[in-house]
Amino acid sequence: MGLFILRRVWVMLLTALCLTFIVFFLTNLYPNLEKLAKSEGNFRMTDEQVDSWLSNRGYTDNVFSKYGQWLGVLPGYVIEGSDGETRARCAIPGEPVEDAATFCGVLQGNWGSSTVFKVPVLDKVGESLALTGKLMFWVLVVMVPSALLLGVLAGMREGSATDRSLSTIAITTTATPEYVSGVILIAVFASSTAGLQWFKATAASAMEDANFENFFLPVLTIALYGMGYIARMTRASMAEVMTAQYIRTARLKGVSFGNIVMKHALRNALIAPFTVIMLQFPWLLNGVVIVETLFNYKGFGWTLVQAAGNNDIELLLGVSVVSVFVVLITQLISDIGYVYLNPRISVS
Amino acid sequence: MDPLSWGEIIARVMAQLTPVWIALVLLFVVSILFKRRLGLYGKLFDSMIGMIGFALVMFWVFTGLFGAMGLIVTHDSLAQIASMKNKVPGTAILGVEEGIYPYYLLGGDNLGRDVFSRMVDGAWVVMQIAPLATVFAFMVGITLGLPAGYYGGRLDTGLSFLANLILAFPVILLFYLLVTPEIIATGIPNYMATFLFIFPLVFAAVLLNSRYHTRPSLRTPLLIGVLGVLGWLYLSLVSEVGSKVHILPGFADLFDVPSGILVVFVSVVFVNSPTVFRIVRGLTMDIKTRDYVAAAATRGEGPWYIMLWEILPNARGPLIVDFCLRIGYTTILLGTLGFFGLGLPPESPDWGTTINDGRRLLRIYLHPALVPAFSLLSLVLGLNLLADGLREESLRD
Repeated sequence: MGLFILRRVWVMLLTALCLTFIVFFLTNLYPNLEKLAKSEGNFRMTDEQVDSWLSNRGYTDNVFSKYGQWLGVLPGYVIEGSDGETRARCAIPGEPVEDAATFCGVLQGNWGSSTVFKVPVLDKVGESLALTGKLMFWVLVVMVPSALLLGVLAGMREGSATDRSLSTIAITTTATPEYVSGVILIAVFASSTAGLQWFKATAASAMEDANFENFFLPVLTIALYGMGYIARMTRASMAEVMTAQYIRTARLKGVSFGNIVMKHALRNALIAPFTVIMLQFPWLLNGVVIVETLFNYKGFGWTLVQAAGNNDIELLLGVSVVSVFVVLITQLISDIGYVYLNPRISVS
Repeated sequence: MDPLSWGEIIARVMAQLTPVWIALVLLFVVSILFKRRLGLYGKLFDSMIGMIGFALVMFWVFTGLFGAMGLIVTHDSLAQIASMKNKVPGTAILGVEEGIYPYYLLGGDNLGRDVFSRMVDGAWVVMQIAPLATVFAFMVGITLGLPAGYYGGRLDTGLSFLANLILAFPVILLFYLLVTPEIIATGIPNYMATFLFIFPLVFAAVLLNSRYHTRPSLRTPLLIGVLGVLGWLYLSLVSEVGSKVHILPGFADLFDVPSGILVVFVSVVFVNSPTVFRIVRGLTMDIKTRDYVAAAATRGEGPWYIMLWEILPNARGPLIVDFCLRIGYTTILLGTLGFFGLGLPPESPDWGTTINDGRRLLRIYLHPALVPAFSLLSLVLGLNLLADGLREESLRD
């Protein structure tokens, strides 16, 4: 088991390195850098001025050396610029260049600063992650119990009318992406035209003070999409368990149907949904981006859109690192959890 | 003129869709009459769920097709009439000329365009991109997944690592990285298109060669013919005058794909193919232990013959089901791209872009966003139901 986890962690780190390199490569392509130079320096720069602006700040190095510096495994650049000023990657503004540290990258905790929000990337990412964490917590609170309930109710009598109607509901929610269900929910519950102004169409006020009125619609929108999938998995798993020999034995012994479901079937039926719930995280991340944009909630997804839309290279890199790690860690947990929960699979 | 009542709106929309109803009825009557001779497709008509799903899907297919032929749309989906901004469904156009449809059946959007016509044209955008992109993703996934599952070992480890790499990317981040004007300027999407779209050629070549290589007199002309046609289509698709990949001269280029559409196409194929790869790989690993595979190997068939003519046909059930689900997923992805304003031109009538336009005024005017939202919902729901029906029927025998 230890070796298995070790190997998984090693593959995960390798994946993370590759992915961050791809993001780094794509965000540091010349057209992006040119746009950065023009927005940071001056919009009327000539091509030569752009080149010297970039080379004075170490942007024209080859991409591997830049990546190494950004990661913090290669020494940061110290360049005497064409304008006579010496710049160092690790220099702290206001202090002499000679005092700068040799290494300063992501590993040393230096994530750079956002050009759009004018704050350090680490602060912005932390702040937006906290907001998204709040959203995700409520999404899970709504989604998991309702999905499991739906799946168990549908799966305990396969092929019955309850099963048919609940399965149709589950299929409908998986067929409704967040930008469709969000729009429909706002139209029904928050517009002045439909008349039911029960909730607010924006979650901007939920960032400080979340309450039922301003937070329920975004939470429900994300939860609905993921719910159908988990419910269908639970249903399949439950239907399989209900045909097992020990359930028939219990019925023949005269145990009541309710007791069979609660005491015999439920526990075994919940193994498969666990991994599915963990694997839903990358999907939820997607939903978060859409819903935060739709409801103007300034969390992680909203930050991603702002960073990508405004060519904020360092913020986008920071956001990518975090999201890649979130995805990889949930995959790891789901793998380990599956092995741990299911005695039939052994890795050693 | 007075605005139409809801009953009149529904009646007129139904009348406008007449060609679709005729086509649907014909298709269903013919299919049900001959369903015993039509294999899996015929069995679909034994399942209520499958039939409902199929009807929903074909409704949008016919709407897209006839819409593109100009049989359904009432107005040009890009034309703006200033007096019709944000008008409710059924509003009459003031001072209408002779020969122009006198109503906006489903209202006007914030620029005064006809919501109904945009919905119909949006269906055509989806029909053009989603099935074809899914086919390409399947070609890539099958061509790489079969050898990975069959040979295993290093090849499998390497390809699986690459697939997991792409799968670990948050989709929206990938779209934002690939579909920006700066990245398009560097030509990376064009190079990716050149790489990804070669897989159908490889697939066709290996498929035919493995079957007919013992009969060179048939094999050689067949391969030259098929690869010639596919190769020309391939070059017309990837090569674009004025872009980074420019192989064919302009006169030999069969069709021009606008660079925005090509990028959308590439990113959708790129996101979908790792999942198809994993499915095919898993199925291959399962099927290669069967007796008929061992029998073929004993007969002396080559590995590619076994993969493509023994394993692949026996994996078709789950693959067809996944194909339906994946078209739905691709439709959702296209909507996501439109929703974030990536790739497709801003005035494009596709549903994602229209939803994004409509949501800004959603609290006051519902129809510009709700119409495309329900269209997308019904199409994806239809595909899911169809997949469910197919799964049920293919498990039955």
